[in-house]
Amino acid sequence: MAHLSDENLERARRLVAVYPEPRSALIPLCHLAQAQDGWLTPEAMEDVAALVGVTPAEVHGTATFYDMLHTEPVGRHVVAVCTNVACMLAGAYELLEHAQERLGVHAGQTTDDGEFTLEEAECLAGCDTAPCVQVNHRFFGPLDAASFDQLVEDLRTGVLAGQVPRHGVLCRVERTVGLLAHEADDSGVGAGEGSAP
Amino acid sequence: MITGAPPIVTGRMAYADAHTLERYLATGGYEGLRRAIALGPDAVREQVDKASLLGRGGAGFPAGRKWSMLRKADVSYLVVNGDESEPATFKDHLLVERDPHQVVEGAIIAAFALGVSQAFIFCRGEFALGLERLQQACNDAYAYGALGTGILGSSFSLDLVVHPGAGAYICGEETALLESLEGKRGFPRIKPPYFPAAIGLYGAPTVVNNIETVSNLPWIVVNGGEAFAALGAGSSTGTRLFALSGRVERPGWYELEMSKTTFRDLVYDPSLGGGIRDGGELKAFIPGGVSAPWFGPDQIDLGLDQDAVARAGSMLGSGSVVVMDDTTCAVRAAWRITRFFARESCGQCTPCREGSGWIEKMMRRIEEGNGREADLDLLMDACDNIAPGVSWPPQQTTICVLGPSIPSSVASGIRMFRDEFLLHVKEGGCPMRAAR
Ligand SMILES: Cc1cc2nc3c(=O)[nH]c(=O)nc-3n(C[C@H](O)[C@H](O)[C@H](O)COP(=O)(O)O)c2cc1C
Ligand code: SF4
Ligand code: FES
Repeated sequence: MAHLSDENLERARRLVAVYPEPRSALIPLCHLAQAQDGWLTPEAMEDVAALVGVTPAEVHGTATFYDMLHTEPVGRHVVAVCTNVACMLAGAYELLEHAQERLGVHAGQTTDDGEFTLEEAECLAGCDTAPCVQVNHRFFGPLDAASFDQLVEDLRTGVLAGQVPRHGVLCRVERTVGLLAHEADDSGVGAGEGSAP
Repeated sequence: MITGAPPIVTGRMAYADAHTLERYLATGGYEGLRRAIALGPDAVREQVDKASLLGRGGAGFPAGRKWSMLRKADVSYLVVNGDESEPATFKDHLLVERDPHQVVEGAIIAAFALGVSQAFIFCRGEFALGLERLQQACNDAYAYGALGTGILGSSFSLDLVVHPGAGAYICGEETALLESLEGKRGFPRIKPPYFPAAIGLYGAPTVVNNIETVSNLPWIVVNGGEAFAALGAGSSTGTRLFALSGRVERPGWYELEMSKTTFRDLVYDPSLGGGIRDGGELKAFIPGGVSAPWFGPDQIDLGLDQDAVARAGSMLGSGSVVVMDDTTCAVRAAWRITRFFARESCGQCTPCREGSGWIEKMMRRIEEGNGREADLDLLMDACDNIAPGVSWPPQQTTICVLGPSIPSSVASGIRMFRDEFLLHVKEGGCPMRAAR
């Protein structure tokens, strides 16, 4: 029995099909599994492994290399406060300190109610709105203590649900077509026809 | 633009709906592709050569030359690098979110010129909205006939896949990016032999170009390479998207004519940076991302010119300028940058893995007031172990240039602000803490 839902298995197969080699879909499938469960469960990793043709250990070993893939449960909202240099120069460490107090957890921890995981992040490429914060990879900034509190409040009450989906949901736009070029191509250019040397 | 140059990659930013196909088409979208198809691949490559378009990803390698190095093979690939994780760099973020069709069209034009029929856009995973907009643009481009089989009525066919990253700075390095795209951990490959143009994705010849690099292509094809090369000066042709951050009044992105605009313009012009925040004084600035050595106020009149910045001992890199003022602690800034590298080192090479951790700890010790005077020499020694000579461009003893970039900020800090480092040691802490 697969852990991924039928619908997600179908999505996963479509994703595998857009790559010349199945293993390339490994990370997209990990994102898909995270979208379903909020984090990357061992059961989902087994499904991913079977779908791309590697061992579950290889999926785990690969996933743990990447900051966005969580192999432990996280909160519904992962709040990432950037403290890299541009944000630091705009008061990011003070903001992080405030965030820790406000949420009652240290960076790297999750609140008891499972609502929030707080992270200290590296540069998020939002340095023009420093100090910059992402919630489930949606951008907010510049933030001060008051606007941070407001953000937390809005996340709790669900006012921002349209803008900030549950953790793990990354790209809500699906690819609508498969690979077309290699099918009809008779010009002899044909990439994408299985394994290259 | 303050020099009167036309915007090349930010022409649509005034529209809130610039990311939609409707707006894109209404503002000249896909004209470049049409023109490219009418011209043929050779003529497109010729225009890009004439433009002398330098890669915008950090290394500044001419795009035309890179294309000409692609090994001839039955299967080859184009991979567009949108991993953008160099601290203080946020131009590709803007381009994928606000003008994704321009990225897609640029990728199609590049693929056409290169004769490849499968391309990928590797987009930083943290850009959730950017990924959604890129995927939508890609879907729309298929529906419009700009992707798929028989593109815009021609015999050219191309598939484009938008691929999400998953959070690792090192995956911006092109060979690590290819590993990651193959579903593996992002460990850079050894060059030689693994130059992407020879042995790239799945072992096939591959061109890797930055998001901003390809975003220039539609304009170049429509207006001609010569029109592009007429902007800027020397090898720094065209315009470039600069990301300005730190202690300025107006942090943000600014597309500027290269070479003819100076760092002073960028930082002080009222229509650009607007000067130092709260009327403070410029202390130092980083000219091209945190991998680059710092400049002092005496370099502020340098042009935004790749060669001029290189001659002055640093690099224009990813086009991101970080401004430090008199409230900025140089030790703390250098420590924070080192901490980043220590976190992001992939660990394959000993000097990078061990050196970054060691330097970070020593820097932290000084910043927290537990340093000793001798630490300064120790730090320079540690830098020398990673990049012998601690000069710029650095000597490389590692697989990729993340390692040799580590000394940039530490060595700059010590060389430019030795007294400030010593004051930390003497006073047992940061003398600027009160100012922050
Ligand atoms: C550690 C490291 C990180 C890099 N990150 C990026 C990046 O995020 N985006 C990018 O385009 N190039 C990045 N580069 C440069 C790429 O290796 C490559 O030179 C570039 O994508 C080529 O595109 P261009 O020729 O169009 O500039 C990085 C290089 C290194 C060593
Ligand atoms: S220099 Fe550092 S990041 Fe680059 S391959 Fe070596 S260990 Fe990895
Ligand atoms: S330094 Fe914080 S977003 Fe770039």
